[in-house]
Amino acid sequence: MTSYLIRRVLTLIPLFFGITLISFLVIHLAPGSPIDVLADLNPKMTAEAKQRLITYYRLDKPLHERYWQWLRRFLALDFGVSFSADRRPVMDKIKETLPITITINVLSLLLILLVAVPIGAYSASHPYSTFDKFLTVFVYVGFAIPTFWLALLALIFFSVQLEWLPISGLRSLDYANLSLVGKLWDFVSHLILPVLLSAFSGLAGLSRYMRGSMLEVMRQDYITAARSKGLSEAEVIYKHALRNALLPVVTILGLSVPSLIGGSVIFEQIFGIPGMGRLFFTGVMSRDYPLVMGILTIGAFLTLLGNLVADVSYAVVDPRIRRGGG
Amino acid sequence: MGARDVIVFFSLSLSLSLSLFGCGERERAETPLPNLKSVAASPQPAYGDTVVEGSIGEATNLIPMLASDSASHGIAGLIINGLLKYDKDVRLVGDLAESWEVSQGGLQITFKLRRNVRWHDGHRFTAHDVLFGFQTIINPNTPTAYAEDFRQVKKAEVIDDYTFRVTYEKPFAPALSSWGSLVVLPKHLLEGKDITKSELARKPVGTGPYRFKEWISRDRVILEANPDYFEGRPYVDRYVVRVIPDLATMFLELKAGGLDLMGLTPIQYKRQTDDPFFRKRFTKYRYLANAYTYLGYNLLEPKFQDKRVRQALSYAIDKDEIIKVVLLGLGAPATGPYKPTLWFYNPDVKKYPHDPAKALALLKEAGWEDRDGDGVLDKDGQPFEFTVITNEGNALRHRTAVIIQERLKKIGVRMKIRVIEWSAFINEFIDKKNFEATILGWTTGFEPDQYDIWHSSKTGKKELNFISYKNPEVDELLEAGRRTFEQEKRTAIYGRFQAILAEEQPYTFLYVPEALPIVNARIHGIEPSPLGISYNFNRWYVPRELQRYGQVALVP
Repeated sequence: MTSYLIRRVLTLIPLFFGITLISFLVIHLAPGSPIDVLADLNPKMTAEAKQRLITYYRLDKPLHERYWQWLRRFLALDFGVSFSADRRPVMDKIKETLPITITINVLSLLLILLVAVPIGAYSASHPYSTFDKFLTVFVYVGFAIPTFWLALLALIFFSVQLEWLPISGLRSLDYANLSLVGKLWDFVSHLILPVLLSAFSGLAGLSRYMRGSMLEVMRQDYITAARSKGLSEAEVIYKHALRNALLPVVTILGLSVPSLIGGSVIFEQIFGIPGMGRLFFTGVMSRDYPLVMGILTIGAFLTLLGNLVADVSYAVVDPRIRRGGG
Repeated sequence: MGARDVIVFFSLSLSLSLSLFGCGERERAETPLPNLKSVAASPQPAYGDTVVEGSIGEATNLIPMLASDSASHGIAGLIINGLLKYDKDVRLVGDLAESWEVSQGGLQITFKLRRNVRWHDGHRFTAHDVLFGFQTIINPNTPTAYAEDFRQVKKAEVIDDYTFRVTYEKPFAPALSSWGSLVVLPKHLLEGKDITKSELARKPVGTGPYRFKEWISRDRVILEANPDYFEGRPYVDRYVVRVIPDLATMFLELKAGGLDLMGLTPIQYKRQTDDPFFRKRFTKYRYLANAYTYLGYNLLEPKFQDKRVRQALSYAIDKDEIIKVVLLGLGAPATGPYKPTLWFYNPDVKKYPHDPAKALALLKEAGWEDRDGDGVLDKDGQPFEFTVITNEGNALRHRTAVIIQERLKKIGVRMKIRVIEWSAFINEFIDKKNFEATILGWTTGFEPDQYDIWHSSKTGKKELNFISYKNPEVDELLEAGRRTFEQEKRTAIYGRFQAILAEEQPYTFLYVPEALPIVNARIHGIEPSPLGISYNFNRWYVPRELQRYGQVALVP
């Protein structure tokens, strides 16, 4: 087992650096440079001033040299300083935005799970019933509706008409003067709509997957055996079938770990949430290479880690994998 | 994306997010104004309350010389003073400088500074701070986009604690306006430090009407009134800028009372705020923005080298129609590179009302006629067709292009439209002069100098005269305008400059859009000017009985 683990980790290392290299090349291939944002069509910006900035950001150095420099800094766990005018360390910016993005994504994933599993299970146990069809339509509507539109409708209804919920941001203006409970409620109330809406649009995938997996399981012999034992239908479904049907769903969940840090540009934009999605988006738009590289690297790392965990847990469960792997 | 097309950055502007608006009139509500506004009949200035503004983008750096975005300059403008500023009528007046004197034929400027001005941390402000700021901005290691005006300075010296003198290589009139808020830095906090790593970028210390209080990243910046401000304590106690990246959300936030101030889109202005709810609670303003949109012809293209052809295209285009459709009427036709209402604007230049017959006559004179009867003009067997390029993400420009396309089709000119992503647009097409015509915009300022856009020496690659306009008289005028300090003489110089551009039509100047701020009606003291509305923010107030945010909110 240990040697399997070591082998897996060793193969991941070149993969990881491969990813950083490709990411580095791709973002530098995109037309334009960070100087564009500062200088484009600004008459106060002469050619020499531009040249000074280019030298300042080391954009005059060849690409491999810059990658090497990035790599050396990265090995010291330093992502460098953002190219944007605030010149703050990339790590600080990521640290600021990551928690809220993870919070929202975890909450919405939990919510999806909480709703999608029963929906899927019910649909599978009553396939092609009216309710199954209704649920199918419902989740697909959620999937198909443009989320920005739905989000605006929800804002107009809950926040402007009913005045139940705040509109944007994470904290109210008078946050500092609130009691502890007040602060907590203030924070939670700001999260309700973003979490609900992102869960709504994500329902379709998981509930359909659950339904499929469940239908598969229901055809297995042991379900027939359970039924023939005389167990009640509820016991058959919720005790025997559901547990087994959940396994592949959990695998899917494991694979979605990296997307937890991705954040959604659209939601963060509409609800004015200071998260990673917006950070990354503005980073790309302004060609803020260190920032983009920082986020991509962390994303790559988490993806590989997710894969590793998945592989290792399979190996734990299934001895054939760890023996036959090499 | 508009902010990316920024040009002629204006160094003295106050809250840029607002002051992109020029002169205009206050929107008159048709119905009598009930409650909130009825107090306005006899409002008493009072201290207190908070003004919350919405901003699409977040500030990046509150040291003005290091930032190039309007959000940063808007906030820093309330914290930091310059030596000079513009008054209501766009005349330069002293800010930190009490007075100034131009001597030796414009080569030397001597600033007499205010005494007893203190930095927000209590330190005294002196001429050494100005010299230090100057040395920092010309330091090649300072990543600033604004060094150029200061590089013209031959010598800068501190005469005494309250006298600062600069000597130029040659007279340079735009220099005066450059001594705005970009250049004054607190020497005692920055000396011997790397300015790019300074914490002042996020916790600025200035001399201005507002002091920095708190910055929650990507969320809001909070400023509070400086009770010791040299012009007196500002009325409004607290100023908050909230970052709301989505305009629709921002509008809902305004409607729900979470914002006091934002800029509207034409649709929001015309259709969504025209009801009793908004009329009662808000005041809308409209001003000509400091920007214009144009159709620029690449003058290296043989077919655009004939002035008559360019004039003909200008006659064929219906500017009023574009303004009506694209801006819902919220704009004015552009006649040249300056917006109307500024002192150097020349209203008596040749204009091009929509006149297809005249357009056809001019084209015929230039040899363009529909000889083969296919509906497209031709000359030497070549049909009159060209491609206009514009940048992606600017719907206004795209719609403008479509309207122009339709108008030109009617006189037999075939125009194709190509929309290109901004970076590629600039790098591959504009910088390389690889285009026939383009629809773009310039942001303008309160200083008439446009040397970089129109002088024949600026036609190189990656320079701003990318249409390759060359006119010896214009060159001379632009040079003279830089040498001359007297306003009357400059008015004459730039008046002539506008007349030539209007005659030659290197661009078809299309329109000047209007900026459309909306402000909560409880806020008083706003005096619109060509500068916008926010230039006198420290004189805004909320009468006691209308105040909404209590004093308690000021306690941390």
